[in-house]
Amino acid sequence: MAEKFDAIIVGAGPAGNAAAYTLAKAGLNILQLERGETPGTKNVQGAILYADALERIIPDFRDDAPLERHIIEQRMWILDDRSFIGSNYRSDEFNSERPNRYTILRAPFDKWFSGKVKEAGGLVICETTVTELIRDGEKVIGVRTDREGGDIYADVVILADGVNSLLATKAGFHKEIEPKNVALAVKEIHFLPEEVVESRFNIKGEEGVVIEIFGSVTHGMVGTAFLYTNRESITLGIGCMVSDFKKGNVAPYTLLEELKNHPAIAPLIEGGEMKEYAAHLIPEGGYKAVPQMYGDGWMLVGDSAGLVNAVHREGSNLAMTSGRLAAETVIALKQANKPCTAANLIRYKDAMDESFVMKDLHKYRELPGILHNNPHFFSVYPELLNRAAHTMLTVDGEDKHSKEKMIRKSFVQRRTLWGLMGDAFRMWRATR
Amino acid sequence: MSENTPTPAAPKGKKRLELDPRLAAYKGIWVFVEMERGQVHPVSWELMGEGRKLADVLGVELGAIVLGGDLKQTTTAAETAFTYGADVAYMVADAILTDYRNEPYTKAMTDLVNKYQPEILLLGATTLGRDLAGSVATTLLTGLTADCTELAIDPDNRGLLATRPTFGGSLLCTIQTLNYRPQMATVRPRVMSMPEAQPGRTGRLVTDTLGMNEADIIAKVLSFIPDQDQEKAQLAYANLIVAGGRGMGKAENFQLIWDLAEVLGAEVGGSRPVTHAGWLTADRQIGQSGKTVRPNLYIAAGISGAIQHRVGMEGADVIIAINNDPNAPIFDFATYGIVGDALKILPALTEAFRSRLAVDRRAG
Amino acid sequence: MHIVVCIKQVPDSAQIRVHPVTNTIMRQGVPAIINPFDLYAIEEALHLKDKMGGRVTVLTMGPPQAEDALRKAIAYGVDDVVLLTDRAFAGADTLATSFALAQAIRKIGEATPVDLVFTGKQTIDGDTAQVGPGIAKRLGLQLLTYVSTVDEIDLEQQTITVQRRSEGGVQVIKTRLPALITMLEGTNKIRFASMDDMFRSARFAVPQWNKDRAGIEDVSKIGLKGSPTVVSKVFAPKPKAVKAQMIGADGDTPQAKAAALLDVLTSQHPRLANELGLIAG
Ligand SMILES: Cc1cc2nc3c(=O)[nH]c(=O)nc-3n(C[C@H](O)[C@H](O)[C@H](O)COP(=O)(O)OP(=O)(O)OC[C@H]3O[C@@H](n4cnc5c(N)ncnc54)[C@H](O)[C@@H]3O)c2cc1C
Ligand SMILES: Cc1cc2nc3c(=O)[nH]c(=O)nc-3n(C[C@H](O)[C@H](O)[C@H](O)COP(=O)(O)OP(=O)(O)OC[C@H]3O[C@@H](n4cnc5c(N)ncnc54)[C@H](O)[C@@H]3O)c2cc1C
Ligand SMILES: Nc1ncnc2c1ncn2[C@@H]1O[C@H](COP(=O)(O)O)[C@@H](O)[C@H]1O
Repeated sequence: MAEKFDAIIVGAGPAGNAAAYTLAKAGLNILQLERGETPGTKNVQGAILYADALERIIPDFRDDAPLERHIIEQRMWILDDRSFIGSNYRSDEFNSERPNRYTILRAPFDKWFSGKVKEAGGLVICETTVTELIRDGEKVIGVRTDREGGDIYADVVILADGVNSLLATKAGFHKEIEPKNVALAVKEIHFLPEEVVESRFNIKGEEGVVIEIFGSVTHGMVGTAFLYTNRESITLGIGCMVSDFKKGNVAPYTLLEELKNHPAIAPLIEGGEMKEYAAHLIPEGGYKAVPQMYGDGWMLVGDSAGLVNAVHREGSNLAMTSGRLAAETVIALKQANKPCTAANLIRYKDAMDESFVMKDLHKYRELPGILHNNPHFFSVYPELLNRAAHTMLTVDGEDKHSKEKMIRKSFVQRRTLWGLMGDAFRMWRATR
Repeated sequence: MSENTPTPAAPKGKKRLELDPRLAAYKGIWVFVEMERGQVHPVSWELMGEGRKLADVLGVELGAIVLGGDLKQTTTAAETAFTYGADVAYMVADAILTDYRNEPYTKAMTDLVNKYQPEILLLGATTLGRDLAGSVATTLLTGLTADCTELAIDPDNRGLLATRPTFGGSLLCTIQTLNYRPQMATVRPRVMSMPEAQPGRTGRLVTDTLGMNEADIIAKVLSFIPDQDQEKAQLAYANLIVAGGRGMGKAENFQLIWDLAEVLGAEVGGSRPVTHAGWLTADRQIGQSGKTVRPNLYIAAGISGAIQHRVGMEGADVIIAINNDPNAPIFDFATYGIVGDALKILPALTEAFRSRLAVDRRAG
Repeated sequence: MHIVVCIKQVPDSAQIRVHPVTNTIMRQGVPAIINPFDLYAIEEALHLKDKMGGRVTVLTMGPPQAEDALRKAIAYGVDDVVLLTDRAFAGADTLATSFALAQAIRKIGEATPVDLVFTGKQTIDGDTAQVGPGIAKRLGLQLLTYVSTVDEIDLEQQTITVQRRSEGGVQVIKTRLPALITMLEGTNKIRFASMDDMFRSARFAVPQWNKDRAGIEDVSKIGLKGSPTVVSKVFAPKPKAVKAQMIGADGDTPQAKAAALLDVLTSQHPRLANELGLIAG
């Protein structure tokens, strides 16, 4: 006899776990399927966790979640080949009772989250891949897995299977993701003794630092790099748009190698033992690339709906929030004894539109296009800025006024005045 | 050693290291001379060499335990044991012991230990040695340290310091068996070097009886199928080895390894990814979970030199590493390194050897 | 027929890291797996059950998290599992481990007598291959190590015939039940669980036994106290002082590098060169 559930959740990332936990907690009979050996094994390690989204799901998560460090300092570095110019924001206020951002390692974090799903009464089965959706006409009525006797039925299937959801593509819920809407990021973790991490970043206890990196390290491609401090490791990664990688002849790994060898970065990871090299896609098409997120008997949550705010590198919070809202929609329908038809699941979309998720994505809707069409943001500016800083900071007998003039001239030379003003305007409009 | 996590023990009070006086009666070092089908396994002589050193440090006798089915064979083995350093040989020859069977061998060994009381008992970590060691240790309720890579005597308490790899070879740990005797350890073949035999050296021969009837023994050996592939046993004892790793790219490229090996008259081995991918048979794997080798010459092509591989081959006299990555870890411990594409270097080496060896042959 | 399989949950040693300064194991993020060698034991037991009927119970001693390993065993289709877990077991070496496991097997056998016990060849963390023989001796079972094939089991006559690896060949050996088999690697391939088995596994309530439940009274035989061996030192392997002497320069042809190498061998290693029959070029 095939099993039947109130809901099946495909994937045990942040989106799937949020949905599964919320549903199980409300007493629904749910099944969560994950293809990895354990939740988190297939997921890219090292990330920032935004507390707010999780707090709305598990208010006291700080008690036992495997958090690495809370962030007390954010650095923004613009690199050219040999130097960087940057800004820092560090505040003791981040050392509050309930810090807002944490670094985490995805594997233990996802495992913890999944444990919460089980505690709440959800049935979680790993090492099982959903190969297709079972449909009755338009309506999704279950999933087929790669195991013998693998058909399982449910009133609603929530797809939380991550970026490039093959299931959704196969079912025709959205088209295959376009290279210009997806970034490829590569990450490494470098293990270092806790004391070394703390002394190199001037932090203590649970404090952590994040460095956002732009500039010549991406070879002019649209992309960014980042560095996070974990308890006894450092996450280092770089990502660029897949369409750019396709054009250029730089491999993602080469970028990461160059980043590691950059004079500003190398001393920070020196002596570390590299473990885990991982590559992963990030949907960065933004608002305009978000597909329809619901239909008869199905919903998309998290990365599989393309919910990533590339500007602020937020993903997991959007994923968790969408998972929670999808679950709440189902719970409400159950309570009202209503079926999970497209007409009823539209409430999920409404709730999403009301939330910060769609509002934020809407705010930055123009940005992907602008960055895409203006590669000099990632090549010319970093170099100019670094030279400017160098000029100003070199004490060589030249007066400051002349130096400023030189800098201005160099900017206008490389990029016309109109170009500069246009850039400024476009950026202002896109992030307004 | 299976359960305890080797975290460095907290500094122990001297008291724990003080030996129970009842155990002080245990004296001497024993090496089990492993014989199967009349052949002594070379690991026994390697251990004899090691046992000799320990016995000299302690100033005690070195004993050889010879068990077998044929009196002539066991006597020859005992005499050979003397030439490798044994002072005394304890011998049990009984038809029951013709084939290795756990029960009678365990009994023979435990009886001898209980009667003559050695302080240290060493066995080869072969299939036979591990089968026997585990059974003897449990029967005697004493400690056993498996797969040691180094044996020494603690100058403070005259106890055995048995060092072995742990956590897949990433660390070493030293283990002591404190208030139990004998202190048992096994060592894998080729981990210790083969001592020089001293022809004419003799010792005391003590013969004992087994005290069992064939009818008492439940297990019967129905047949023995010797390994077909004669090469199998030879890798561990090869003098010349050419080995390839994942850097060889694909199975077909291994022909280059075989070509060089043929010119040199060498054996062929490989790293784990290579045997896992089926480019070589599993018995040609060298390293932690494969064979330990100790050749005079080891040529490694496209092998990174991971610790698990390294522990299996670093005993080689001369290691030549070919790798296209100048930072490959293997260059940290090889004797000579060539940076370059193995697919190009290997044929060149084969050619160079062929011509120079050919010259030699013509001259000779 | 009742078969007990002993498995151990081990850290995936491929992912273990050593703290560069303190030389301690950094466990953070290292996944735990079923000792790979034990999977052959599970599969062989299930195969025998498929053929002859009976039940398979899987036993492990370890921390509460070892439940994951047992759950996996259930998915493969075993009938029952026991998690032997108690603080008093901590720090056990092989002698103490085999004592505790033997006791638990005795207890398991009280309900349904045990005909056959399987263990893996060895673990990848302890790597001693002693626990199997240890259990056999303590329970007075016939010991069959490094078994590649179980040829025949005769429940009527209470006999078993197996092929086992020994130095230089394969022994075909016949003995009496109950017996303990340590299974050789590469002898079978663990099955892929069906969806039904996955459901059963996810819902299974794993029984936990403490020392009392296992019928262990004498605490001096378990855990650290029951272990004759003591780890006195843990350290990293010594890096070799001298690095490789590099042969040839960057632009050299492979031929030039090969020739240079042979020159060094002949001049620096006359004995080796002699053995090879190498002469100066
Ligand atoms: C390099 C990089 C850095 C990032 N940094 C951050 C950051 O710092 N902060 C942040 O908030 N976000 C970050 N993100 C984004 C964030 O990781 C994602 O937005 C988030 O993981 C999305 O969660 P999800 O649950 O939708 O998908 P995922 O986390 O991808 O989870 C999907 C799960 O579904 C499983 N699955 C897939 N297909 C199937 C199938 N057919 N059957 C069964 N299971 C299946 C997968 O194994 C996986 O476990 C980063 C992303 C990348 C790539
Ligand atoms: C518990 C455990 C037990 C293990 N036991 C063993 C064991 O017994 N034996 C064993 O070997 N490993 C063992 N391993 C695996 C070990 O950790 C390494 O993964 C393995 O040794 C790597 O094999 P490799 O050097 O062939 O491959 P890699 O590490 O992939 O190295 C390939 C090398 O080839 C080089 N290369 C690539 N192309 C070329 C070219 N064209 N020309 C020249 N060089 C090239 C590369 O630079 C690289 O250095 C074990 C691991 C674990 C966890
Ligand atoms: N803690 C344990 N629980 C259950 N079985 C074990 C345990 N430790 C070892 N074993 C079994 O004994 C075999 C040999 O282990 P070892 O002696 O550690 O190499 C393993 O393959 C397991 O089958």
